[in-house]
Amino acid sequence: MSKIQEEISIRGGDRQELLELLIEVQSKFGYLSGELLVEIAKSLGLSVSEVYGVATFYSFLSAKPQGKNVIRVCKSVPCFLKSSQLIIESLKKELRIKPGETTPDSRFSFELTNCIGVCDKAPAMMINHDVYGDLDPGKISEILAGYK
Amino acid sequence: MSGKGGGQVPEKRIVLRNCGVIDPGQITTYLERDGFKALKKALSEMTPEEIIEEVKASGLRGRGGAGFPCGLKWELARKAPGDEKYVICNADEGEIGTFKDRYILESDPFTLIEGMAIAGYAIGAKKGYIYLRAEYHYLLDLLKNAISQIRERGFLEHFDVGIREGAGAYICGEESALMDSIEGKRGEARYRPPFPPTKGLWEKPTIINNVETLMNIPQIILNGAQWFSQLGTEQSKGTKVFSVSGDVRKPGVYELTLGSRLRELVEDLALAERVKMIQVGGATGRIIPYEMIDSPLSFETMLGAGAITVFDETRDMIDIIHRTMEFLAEESCGKCVPCRQGTEAMVEILGRFSRGEGQEQDIELLEALSSAMMLSSMCGLGQAAPNPVIDSLQHFRSAYESRFGKN
Repeated sequence: MSKIQEEISIRGGDRQELLELLIEVQSKFGYLSGELLVEIAKSLGLSVSEVYGVATFYSFLSAKPQGKNVIRVCKSVPCFLKSSQLIIESLKKELRIKPGETTPDSRFSFELTNCIGVCDKAPAMMINHDVYGDLDPGKISEILAGYK
Repeated sequence: MSGKGGGQVPEKRIVLRNCGVIDPGQITTYLERDGFKALKKALSEMTPEEIIEEVKASGLRGRGGAGFPCGLKWELARKAPGDEKYVICNADEGEIGTFKDRYILESDPFTLIEGMAIAGYAIGAKKGYIYLRAEYHYLLDLLKNAISQIRERGFLEHFDVGIREGAGAYICGEESALMDSIEGKRGEARYRPPFPPTKGLWEKPTIINNVETLMNIPQIILNGAQWFSQLGTEQSKGTKVFSVSGDVRKPGVYELTLGSRLRELVEDLALAERVKMIQVGGATGRIIPYEMIDSPLSFETMLGAGAITVFDETRDMIDIIHRTMEFLAEESCGKCVPCRQGTEAMVEILGRFSRGEGQEQDIELLEALSSAMMLSSMCGLGQAAPNPVIDSLQHFRSAYESRFGKN
């Protein structure tokens, strides 16, 4: 039995489990490859189009390969007012990639995101599910060093 | 970290009464603060109908932005036929500049769940869900721990609470999209009617209440509707929790009696100076010029979910509106044309002004698009997306006119 079928048998294989299943499968496999999406569709008796539609609707799900750690810098207005642009520039230099890209060693993916709900500590970013607020460019390299 | 400002304005704490006081990981600290007395009272001394009457009489309105009367919503769900009903707590706090629900969840999960349990008894639901946005995944363990401690104490025998996580989508804070997301689908808005109290989650009668709305319930049950409705204005009872950010010295979460002046919040508590304008209610909220800073904060005037973003005199208004519209275009679910295409078109036009290439007819175009979107979009996102454009055209028209390009 494949890992996906295992996961589905735990959850009961119901249509309503699709989103939770996708979140779970992504956390195990890193991203939702075409093969995985086809397998999920078959196992739940859904069309691939429907599964792909859900997988690509949400910004925390990814249908393309991602780095081991995903950095999401808030680009919304309250962080912009607190110079989030400087954080973005600092990350570009540090990682040598642009937003939307992954480092060649797959250690980091770098994304911009909308409001993450810590505007009182703007500018802010998330790495995976950890939140960092009151950022300044000088703090970036030390924070990144904590992620292997 | 609720804000502590100049201190001239007394904050009124109903929703936040336990925040920073109790240990969110220890139910005993909650029990010492009258925890679950309201639920016990509701279950032993009141019928579901009496609870609904109390909530109706309190005048409590939804704190997520729409301001629908809470008791009326509950009554509709109570009266809807069927044995299977649901209570959903909307913890998909995605509105730009809003973080009060995060502060509430991390400081006092117990009151919220007590509120949900009372709601469940009132409408006749046996199951409730907290829909938690993906960005708040770090609160999951804290919430699960609170639920299990409450369960162990026997307070969830009539009603159980589960958590569903989102996966990153602003639109899922819209109630019908939220339900689709819980059902495992793309979070797209639904056509209404039917409304959730008659046909909601899995087509069963459902109430969806914001975190802050549910936080008010235990205090209303304990102290009575009359106590609650003494606070506030004619159509806005109780308090409101505000998230203040932007150009202020003391950003943070503040709870004020409804009807308080915007100036009290922005200048006296959050210590803003040289204010140019304030965005009240986030991306789809209102743009308030400094001249209107003495307006009261209420459903009658402006409120939304209580996001207060402050801009000082150095800020470029057109740039802010352009960025706001980029956000809305990105987060439109794409199901209906007016919102999907309208927000994109506005981004393009606002981009022209931003680059100093606007045309006189662009203003007419923005106004025409605004009315079409407000009239014909399927849900609140598209209907309210033109707000920042309409308000800025009304109050800061010259900023647009100064960005006309040469023909």
